[in-house]
Amino acid sequence: MKWFKYLLVVSVSLFSFLPLSSYAADELLVFESEEQRLRYVDLTFQLRCPKCQNQNVADSNAPISEDIREKTYQLIKEGYSDQEIIDFMIERYTEFVIYKPQMSLVTVWLWVLPGLVLLGGLAALIYLTRSRKQVDEESLTDEERERLNSILKDDA
Amino acid sequence: MKIRPLVILPLVFVFALFALFGYALLSGVDPKEVPSALTGKALPGFQLASLQDENTVITREEIIGEPMLMNIWATWCSSCKYEHPVLNALSADGVKIIGINYKDERDLALKWLQDYADPYALDIYDPNGDLGFDLGVTGAPETFFIDSKGQVQYRYQGPITHEIWQQSLKAIYDEMV
Repeated sequence: MKWFKYLLVVSVSLFSFLPLSSYAADELLVFESEEQRLRYVDLTFQLRCPKCQNQNVADSNAPISEDIREKTYQLIKEGYSDQEIIDFMIERYTEFVIYKPQMSLVTVWLWVLPGLVLLGGLAALIYLTRSRKQVDEESLTDEERERLNSILKDDA
Repeated sequence: MKIRPLVILPLVFVFALFALFGYALLSGVDPKEVPSALTGKALPGFQLASLQDENTVITREEIIGEPMLMNIWATWCSSCKYEHPVLNALSADGVKIIGINYKDERDLALKWLQDYADPYALDIYDPNGDLGFDLGVTGAPETFFIDSKGQVQYRYQGPITHEIWQQSLKAIYDEMV
C-alpha cells in the first residue's frame, strides 16, 4: 500500500493550496483591533460585487470590489457601524449589493412564509391523521365488528 | 380512493412556485443588470479638478442648470473607444455631455481627447473614482441622464450606439429638454 501513502501526501499537499484562493485579493490592512478586523471580514463577505456573477467582494478581483473593500475599511476606521456601512453601500449600489436582505414590507415574507408553511403542514398532518382514525372506527358496521372479533378469536 | 383537497394543496403550491421561477427565467430578467440607486434622485455633490487644469475645481452646482448626459469613461476601457464616435456625433447635434474621466491618468486622457476629439462640454478628472462611487458606477462606460434641476432621470450601462440612442435613449433625453 505504498502507492496509497504517496497519493495521500500528494493530495494533502495539493489541497493545502486551496484556501489561498478563497481570498482572491488580500490587501495588507492595518486595523486598530481584532474586533475591527473581524467586522471587515464579515462585511466584505456579506457584500456582493455589483459587476460579477454572484461573487462577494472579499472574493472578487473586480476593480469595483476593490473600491468597495477600501471604502468598507475606511468607514470602519471612521467609526461607522455595520448597519451604517451597509446603508451607505445600498444608497449607492442598491440592495443588489447585499446578500442578506434587509427587513422591509417587501421582504418580510421571506421570514414569515417558511413558518406559515410549516404550521400549515403540521395542521394538515393533524387534520388528515385525525379524520382517518375516525373513518376507520365508524366504517365498521355491527355485523363486521362481530366478524372481526370472531376472526381474532379463531386466530388465538 | 377519494382524494382529499388538502393533499393536493402542497402540489398546487409547488406548481405555483415553478410557475413563478419559470416566469422569471423566461421573461428575460437579466441577472447582470444592476438597477441604479440614483434614478429619480439628485446628483450627488462633488468637488473635483478639471482634466485640463488641475487647479480649476468643478462642483455640482456649477454644472447643473440644463439637461445633459454625464459620461463615465477611461482610456483603459475599450468599449469607451467604441462609444466615442457616437458621443462626438451627439455633441455635434447639440447634446450637452459632461465627461468624467474615471480612474485614469491625466496624460493618457488628454492625449485620447486630442486623438479622437473631445465631445465633452466639460472634462472632470476623477482619478480615485470618488464621484464614480457616489454615482454607483460599476465600470466604464456608463452614462447618466441629468435634467435641468440636477435630478438623475436614467442611467445607461455600456457603450451607447447609434441604434440604442435612436431606439430608446433619445426619447429619454428628449423628455428632459
